[in-house]
Amino acid sequence: MNTLSLPRIAYGVLVALLLVFLLAPVLLVFPISFSADNFIAWPPSGWSPRWYVALARESELLLAFRNSVVLGLVVTVLSLAIALPAAVMLVRKEFPGRDILFSVFTAPLLLPSIVLGLAILIVFVGRGLVGSWFGMVLAHLTLTLPYALRVLATGLKTLPPAVEDAAGTLGARPFTVFRRVTLPLMAPALIAAGALSFLVSFDEVVISLFIVGPQLKVLPVSLYHYVESRTDPLVASASAVLILVTLLLVIVVERAVGLRKAVGGGG
Amino acid sequence: MSAALLTRPRADWRGGTVLMALLAPILLVNVLTFLAPVINLAMLSFRGSGPGGSIQEGLTTATWTSLLTDSFYWEILLGTVWTSLLITFLTLLCSYPVALWVSRLGARWRNLMMVVCISPLLVSAVVRTYGWMILLGDQGFVPGVIRAMGMTPPRLLFNETGVIIGLTEILMPYMILSLLAGFGKLDRTLEDAAGTLGARPFTVFRRIVLPLSLPGLLLGCLLTFVLAVSSFITPKLLGGGRVVLLATEIYDQAIVTLNWPLASALSILVLVVFGAALAVYGQLSKLVD
Repeated sequence: MNTLSLPRIAYGVLVALLLVFLLAPVLLVFPISFSADNFIAWPPSGWSPRWYVALARESELLLAFRNSVVLGLVVTVLSLAIALPAAVMLVRKEFPGRDILFSVFTAPLLLPSIVLGLAILIVFVGRGLVGSWFGMVLAHLTLTLPYALRVLATGLKTLPPAVEDAAGTLGARPFTVFRRVTLPLMAPALIAAGALSFLVSFDEVVISLFIVGPQLKVLPVSLYHYVESRTDPLVASASAVLILVTLLLVIVVERAVGLRKAVGGGG
Repeated sequence: MSAALLTRPRADWRGGTVLMALLAPILLVNVLTFLAPVINLAMLSFRGSGPGGSIQEGLTTATWTSLLTDSFYWEILLGTVWTSLLITFLTLLCSYPVALWVSRLGARWRNLMMVVCISPLLVSAVVRTYGWMILLGDQGFVPGVIRAMGMTPPRLLFNETGVIIGLTEILMPYMILSLLAGFGKLDRTLEDAAGTLGARPFTVFRRIVLPLSLPGLLLGCLLTFVLAVSSFITPKLLGGGRVVLLATEIYDQAIVTLNWPLASALSILVLVVFGAALAVYGQLSKLVD
């Protein structure tokens, strides 16, 4: 069955080339980030860590990075706090209109972010929310809540209700059951939903671009403006750092639940 | 299906107020930053725009009339649809062999390679687009390789070619995921049976593998097309302002020209394209079944 024939080898080479095509833009960022040149050139004329040094001095990008981390953390905490009770209600309680509500709550994912960004901008402008932290958090929640809700709902559905019933039968009150039984069992789903919310917020560029205003800086938007105006290897070093941070988060999620389940999970 | 929904047991309303209280926050965010803004957007396309980004009082179809009678916008619309179809086709061509290969690995390797295939999704669109600027720029990787082979490289960046190459790669993970979901139904014993009965490998592929993978293929194409139509960052950066698509035009009208009614109408146009794509998908899915 597994004999090496010519078509088989050709197919293997084709798949290898396509995988290189798929991964090249991400992988090439690493060697370029150690370039000694003033502009992007391949191969670089020499190697040096100068762009990492430059990155450490780029105060605007550093501020943007800090803002994005803070924004991501606030959005993550709020996403979990808002989506968890909603998920419990939508999965455990039966009431008319439940399916419709679930669809409406996950609908923002179906809208292109350029349309959603414009729609939010128009509503925000007259109310002084453009360029404000409150406005940014609110807009990011629109994107992270559908993900958090889906992951948490999937996590809840896979929990056997019998365990909760058993605790109830033994005399535990509903909130005690939730705190002592449901919540610990949901830990993987909570970690996945939290990490996903953070990544979505941390990476969001189009909606932020619309409502970030001139003062507030967030990393994806600052990087976008940098790439738009200059093409030096600085963004490569910033990208390398970002990819490593993302990788770290992904490993945490993978350890907790499995990436495929976290990303593709849903009803 | 609908009968099952109708006869579902009525809720126990003991927790009615608790229910409302726990759903209120998500409902509030949804209404404030999704439902209300989108309805407002649709209504705004029926308002007129004045100088300096002002919006005129009263309802009018002037924005829609000027949009639908201007050949410039028809060209953008058709260009966007055509480019997105081309990107979808190329993405399918590049993804199918990979997905088929991954689906045939042993369980452990399959999971690892799946993570590898979707890992680019976790890298910011700006970073991946920047990666393509390194690859395609005049002093970049690909022109360098072409020069090393003794040929003159064509211009690959800041034109439509760059946008198509970049978006094809950026959308591949979605296509691979959809295809893999479809391949899940593929039973290896069917292929072996066909082979035993004397079918040549290509015949097995054409008669068994391809038809069985069509549902996943269609879903992948729908997803890729929709994402291509709505992509903004990659066309903006790799197109260098020279490639005008619906999404980039919405941004320019909204941020540069400050014509919000027109930007709103163009947004609705994107949603119409989405609806058309969904309808085509629905028809094709029926044919496949």
